[in-house]
Amino acid sequence: MPDSATLPTLEDAISLGLTEGEYELICEKQGGPPNQVELAMYSLLWSEHCAYKHSKKLLRTLPTEGPHVVMGPGENAGAVDVGNGLVCAFKVESHNHPSAVEPFQGAATGVGGILRDIFAIGARPIAVLDSLRFGEPGESARSRYLLDGAVSGIGHYGNSIGVPTVGGEVYFEGPYEQNCLVNAMALGLAPREQLVRSAAAGPGNVVILFGASTGRDGIGGASVLASAELGEDDDKRPTVQVGDPFEESKLLECSLELLELGLLVALQDLGAAGLTSSASEMASKGEVGIDIDIAAVPLREADMEPFEVMVSESQERMLCVVEPRNVAAVLEVCEKWEVEGAAIGAVTDTGRMRVLRDGEPLGDMPVRALVDDCPLYDLAPAKPAAPLYAPPAQVLDPAASPGESLLALLASPNIASRRPLFEQYDSIVGSRTVRRPEQADAAVLALPDGGALAVSIDCNGRRVAADPRNGTIAAVLECAANLACVGAEPLGTTNNLNFGNPEKPHIAWQLTEAVAGLGEACRALQAPIVGGNVSLYNEAPAPAGPIYPTPVIGMVGRLPDAHRGGRLGFLNEGDAVALVGPFAPAQPASELAKLRGQALPDGLPLVDLGAAVAALAAVRDAVRTGALSSAHDVAEGGVAVALAECAIAGRLGADVRLGDGFWEALGPAGEDDAPNWPEGSADASLFGEAPAGILVSGPEAGLRLLAERAHVRLIGRVDGDRLRVEVDGQPLLDAAVEDLAAAHAGGLKDYFA
Amino acid sequence: MKFGVLQFPGSCDEVDALEAVRMVGDAELIWHRDRDLQGADAIVVPGGFSYGDYLRAGAIARFSPAMESVIEFAREGGLVLGICNGFQVLCEARLLPGALLPNVNLRFTSRQVDVEVLNSGGSFTRACALGETLSIPAKHSWGRWYADERTLAEMDEQGQFVLRYGPGQNFNGSLHDIAGVCNAEGNVMGLMPHPEHAVDELIGGSADGLKLFESMRMTVEALVA
Repeated sequence: MPDSATLPTLEDAISLGLTEGEYELICEKQGGPPNQVELAMYSLLWSEHCAYKHSKKLLRTLPTEGPHVVMGPGENAGAVDVGNGLVCAFKVESHNHPSAVEPFQGAATGVGGILRDIFAIGARPIAVLDSLRFGEPGESARSRYLLDGAVSGIGHYGNSIGVPTVGGEVYFEGPYEQNCLVNAMALGLAPREQLVRSAAAGPGNVVILFGASTGRDGIGGASVLASAELGEDDDKRPTVQVGDPFEESKLLECSLELLELGLLVALQDLGAAGLTSSASEMASKGEVGIDIDIAAVPLREADMEPFEVMVSESQERMLCVVEPRNVAAVLEVCEKWEVEGAAIGAVTDTGRMRVLRDGEPLGDMPVRALVDDCPLYDLAPAKPAAPLYAPPAQVLDPAASPGESLLALLASPNIASRRPLFEQYDSIVGSRTVRRPEQADAAVLALPDGGALAVSIDCNGRRVAADPRNGTIAAVLECAANLACVGAEPLGTTNNLNFGNPEKPHIAWQLTEAVAGLGEACRALQAPIVGGNVSLYNEAPAPAGPIYPTPVIGMVGRLPDAHRGGRLGFLNEGDAVALVGPFAPAQPASELAKLRGQALPDGLPLVDLGAAVAALAAVRDAVRTGALSSAHDVAEGGVAVALAECAIAGRLGADVRLGDGFWEALGPAGEDDAPNWPEGSADASLFGEAPAGILVSGPEAGLRLLAERAHVRLIGRVDGDRLRVEVDGQPLLDAAVEDLAAAHAGGLKDYFA
Repeated sequence: MKFGVLQFPGSCDEVDALEAVRMVGDAELIWHRDRDLQGADAIVVPGGFSYGDYLRAGAIARFSPAMESVIEFAREGGLVLGICNGFQVLCEARLLPGALLPNVNLRFTSRQVDVEVLNSGGSFTRACALGETLSIPAKHSWGRWYADERTLAEMDEQGQFVLRYGPGQNFNGSLHDIAGVCNAEGNVMGLMPHPEHAVDELIGGSADGLKLFESMRMTVEALVA
């Protein structure tokens, strides 16, 4: 080897993020110390980001199989059967650390990366959703900068490539001040037989790299950014990649045309760790070897070091395996789409990953060692003895009237209208969007057979922080409730586990509990996990500390008739208003508690998962038959905010009575064991939160049918242009819908002036 | 009656436009490198970010081989509709007067807007009533139509203002709330809102956009007859 004279040392390995034990194991696998190229490649593939070394054992406990699953975890994206020969591919992925350094490009390339995952398995992307977390925008100029940059970046990439951004969520909490979260989810559609896997096969076949040329951007991103806590941001700026949606648009069309023509054996996108991970993973999955000739890689800069070529994270690149007789045809399709394509290597039967330059060997590693032999670590979870998170600042006087509290909640950053964000996104390109943002709880996308897909993404990190297990169950239930409100049945789930440093016992505890809750809820809903991503080390030195544990859940479902997709706004005066489900509101960990500056509770009440799942199924079926005029799940801000949201969306008021004995239980399921309202606490009745509550409106006959299968409490009527609510017979709220709408519309507007 | 819908690298709404015009006639995509318009009776230049639009929106697409043929087709009286990026391309090609500047809010903005029909007898609005309001989505970052005073006066005289944003709907800051214009001859039109995204109540919440394509079909059939 040419550079064997100056082999890197243990210290070099440690500076690349490896441990001493890992370095020794690499030496053993290599039969001696690795050279610079080899060490660079090992350090990336053995990073947390690529090897999941602290999370893989936990992830193995999740349910991944079900009747609709076509492709489970391990491929570029998961896929579920949506009927009539079509599959829906989907996945969520994080781009947290790059976005904290440079929000516009970080978020833009997050979208670009998740879209490549979708078309890498042969599906045409049809929708993007995003899940964002920042510090308090009112207090922090940095959070406003990150918010504005991330939203612009998502819009820039999604709008320019012509894939609609149909939904998403954003929360603002102090613990995200130093570590914002930018998770992007994408969905794609493909004929079942066009799905392609990433396993390289056929020794002698040609490896072709196509798309953008390779530059120095994103060198070492996976290990440097994604696998360690962030310190001095500015030093890391060169490790953030720059996105080019136009290049990706051509790459997308080119890839899909290559697959349609049947010219590819395997396809894989280049993401974290660039050529290193895509080539090694393709070889590993196919149990073959791959030789890469870096002299054949089209470069942006002529003098790049071999290891730089191998680890560059330049965007908009794909790697494919092609039979020799098809190489000319592949390059012709590349030429048509003005995409650069180059044969850079070959599949071998050696089981080794070899890096060459014009035939001169620069690196030679067993594929199995690179991809599969990274040690997996057991976590050492321990519940923290003291609270991890400081109470939030008090911004609402606890003595404020219910009316004032409602207006404050509607204008608060976590509840206010998301219109200033989603108006920056094209939500309709592709002509599938049946329900746009703020029209329904989930986005609804028409399918060619007259049915539709529904999709939702959610996670209230504050509730997960209060109780990692029940909080995660609540996040999964909320996604499922969103789907039920449009009439959809869950088909599969994706997740992005955003946590702090798992080597710390309290974070390990959060992670372990959250994954247990995730598995439990997905099993109960029969919505298996088909893919996902893990983002750890989201914490900053004290006093900032770790983020709220944030297991972002994305769920995809199907409804049989796109015309029957549910809406959230009240529709008809005189409709009955009812609350469905085993909903037992409580104030701790609620949005109101946050505005009042209250500390997080230690634990949340248990959820009756069986009753919750039954209630969601009943609502789903009622929406499908057209029995309901509106359906909306009760989330942040409790029943009062949910009522206000239905009123604002429908521009109709309501007359509502809450409190024990003031509502009417409908039907047999409601009579005996419906949960009670919190006694003597008007605040908890109005603003208390809990999973599994759905607010519906419709003709009373339809609600009585619903009551045969779930707890249904009749609480009022749609009426006039004011929202009036009594609790235990006391009139506590009386507000014009117009005023509620104004408060709701104004909360985030100024941050995008 | 056959529509041709141009397709550039970076086009986004070309398939939506293709499916929309197929509701009123035959239609095919025309690849940007192709000079042959395949016997199309009318051309739609669709929305998107042609060639990435990294220079100035539409500035490069205007020089494509397909656009050279479209310019010739338009000069011979053929019907050409430019939507969003297509409007920008037609302005760059000097087939339409004025230019499109960045929105006043300097942001990409996506919103359902009401536009009023100012000129109902024309080639693109035969199926509409004068003063009729159409609900159509708009989504762009460079949609602020601008022209100098003399051009405005000439256009006014020739009845070249086709669509106007309704009260409070002009988010991009277009001069005199102009949402759509045509050339003096009346055979080339451009608009920022996307009629191809308002052809089906289920998807667009409105099917008002279909009236523009229906008008084009009526115009072509009147010419043939």
